[in-house]
Amino acid sequence: MHRIVNYVKAVNEALHIAMESDAKVITFGLGVDDPKCIFGTTAGLKEKFGSERVFDMPVSENALTGVAIGASLNGIRPVMSHQRLDFFLLGMDQLVNNASKWFYMFGGKRSVPITIRLILGRGWGQGPQHSQNLQAWFAHIPGLKVVMPVTPYDAKGLLLSSIFDDNPVIYLEHRWLHNLEGEVPEGDYRVPIGKAHVIKQGEDLTIVSLSYMTIEALHAVDVLERQGIHCELVDLRTVSPIDWETVFQSVKKTGRVLALDTATETLSIAGEVVAKVSMELFDALKSPPRRLALPDFPTPTSLALTEKYYRRAEDIVNIVGEMLGNNLNIKEILDSRKSFHDVPGDWFKGPF
Amino acid sequence: MTAIVDIDTKRKMLFQLKRIRAVEETIAKKYSEGKMRCPTHLCTGQEAIAVGVCAALRNDDFVVSTHRSHGHYLAKGGDLKKMLAEIYGKATGCSGGKGGSMHLIDESVGFMGSTSIVGGTIPIGTGLGLSIKLNGTDQVSCVFFGDGATEEGVFYESLNFAVLKGLPLLYICENNFYSVYSPLHVRQPSGRNIFEMARCFGIESSKGDGNDVIDVYSIVSQSVDYIRTQGKPIFLEFTTYRWHEHCGPNFDNDIGYRTCEEYLWWRGKDPIALLINNIKNNNEIGDPEIKNIEKIITEEVNEAFHFAEISQFPHSEDAFTQLFKL
Repeated sequence: MHRIVNYVKAVNEALHIAMESDAKVITFGLGVDDPKCIFGTTAGLKEKFGSERVFDMPVSENALTGVAIGASLNGIRPVMSHQRLDFFLLGMDQLVNNASKWFYMFGGKRSVPITIRLILGRGWGQGPQHSQNLQAWFAHIPGLKVVMPVTPYDAKGLLLSSIFDDNPVIYLEHRWLHNLEGEVPEGDYRVPIGKAHVIKQGEDLTIVSLSYMTIEALHAVDVLERQGIHCELVDLRTVSPIDWETVFQSVKKTGRVLALDTATETLSIAGEVVAKVSMELFDALKSPPRRLALPDFPTPTSLALTEKYYRRAEDIVNIVGEMLGNNLNIKEILDSRKSFHDVPGDWFKGPF
Repeated sequence: MTAIVDIDTKRKMLFQLKRIRAVEETIAKKYSEGKMRCPTHLCTGQEAIAVGVCAALRNDDFVVSTHRSHGHYLAKGGDLKKMLAEIYGKATGCSGGKGGSMHLIDESVGFMGSTSIVGGTIPIGTGLGLSIKLNGTDQVSCVFFGDGATEEGVFYESLNFAVLKGLPLLYICENNFYSVYSPLHVRQPSGRNIFEMARCFGIESSKGDGNDVIDVYSIVSQSVDYIRTQGKPIFLEFTTYRWHEHCGPNFDNDIGYRTCEEYLWWRGKDPIALLINNIKNNNEIGDPEIKNIEKIITEEVNEAFHFAEISQFPHSEDAFTQLFKL
């Protein structure tokens, strides 16, 4: 039976299931029980599980990260949510110095089973401080797992896996995916951390993608298909640890790789994909690997200034054309645009 | 505020004071051998706070601590051999050689870990307090930190949260007047009392003589009763003084950040001498018993150092294990 729900509902279901199946799961964050319930993702939790286990928090990102760590040392499984990643930067000390190292630096005595949900912004003037996609920061720290689910199915299954993982997991949730609908089974199921998903098979070129860029890639792959180019689309789902086996298997088959990223280009996950593929599969490559990520600038705010800043399906098609030596047509994509480039669709009316 | 403390408690505390002193001074003596290859912060001179606080705690109460944690670990009952082996970088160390002097742990006695970033365990101890409340037990979570940590953001954030949620927290500020070599007066405005500042958050607080173990024990015993029965946090400031350099086995009064007079004044307030005076004034323990305590400690400490020295190093490949719990 097909059961279609959106991303927000999928996240919400995962939280309900986790809290119901384990009384040690708690969830907190600014706004978890306010009228908007973090874009609806935490709706109904406080009513069902009470204010001891579901609570708003002081605006103290660093201490509350430490509180989550401390509670987890004594059997609690905290899920902390922040409405933008940017605010969480104040918690990097506790995350990097303590959460990521606790199991290692005490010789495996005690792990830190915490999940930190961070929402990533894009467009609608989110600007320099509401749209940073710093997955590479987290992925750079040994001892952290970092997931970036794209589909509602993965959103639910990966959140449940994250909460019940015995290690700290950073769960990066792109705001532009919140309204995305897809098939989501009822009840508890798990999507394994560390496994990529080959969304589409193809022979000509591998697109390795993550988070919202996978949606742009899906449009691009569709258009390319009609122009006789068959791309394989690999959605990483987990950016630490990366499922290299799946990436390598695909690139061995196609001989070409384009890595996409929602972050700025230099030292990005896409850069890591290019580096690793180049080192491991140099002889299998038919053309130099490419990456498509954001320019190395802070995010501008104005509608006009973001026009060339963000990457979209047409940019993917253009790069694929360059890699294959073909002149490809992007008119179909441009003609299909119904909304401004700074929103994911008509459903998004701001403000953040 | 010095209550009547029974002789058994005094005897135990004297033993702990002397044991910690013996461990720290043996480390200092042997550090130059180059076998303890990690930054080591000795607590000589500051032992009374660790001993007085931990004597008032139960085995199942939690403690988290700082870079200068040997005394806290030992006073809480942490395994001496495993601590020394850890400092020697051996596989038998409490953290298997991955932590060193600044990362001690012995969960069997509630010592949940020490870390080296200033203020870093304040929110972690606070989170342990939250877990106690959620689990519905009557434990207390005790956090040791120094005066420098009261300048960190997480200090204020954690106090606010503990008061907001009514958590069973015992915050112990060991004020030794220096953060490394920066004196308190260049870091906080003159005339401020840290314990009074803390009180502004709505937390009960007071101050005691951190070199007088009877004073520490008396204040903390009352505080722990309050925390267990009221389910509210308490903040205590104890003044004290470290004898050695900030980090390492030597004395550093010659480098110019503190005076010899100041140092000697604090040496005159030796926590061990103060307790022995108290005991002798009350004719409670005689010299033969003190000698016997010293003998037992010397044997134990020598044996523990021997254990650390003869223990095997971990395999170099073990560096690449325990990244994640499987």
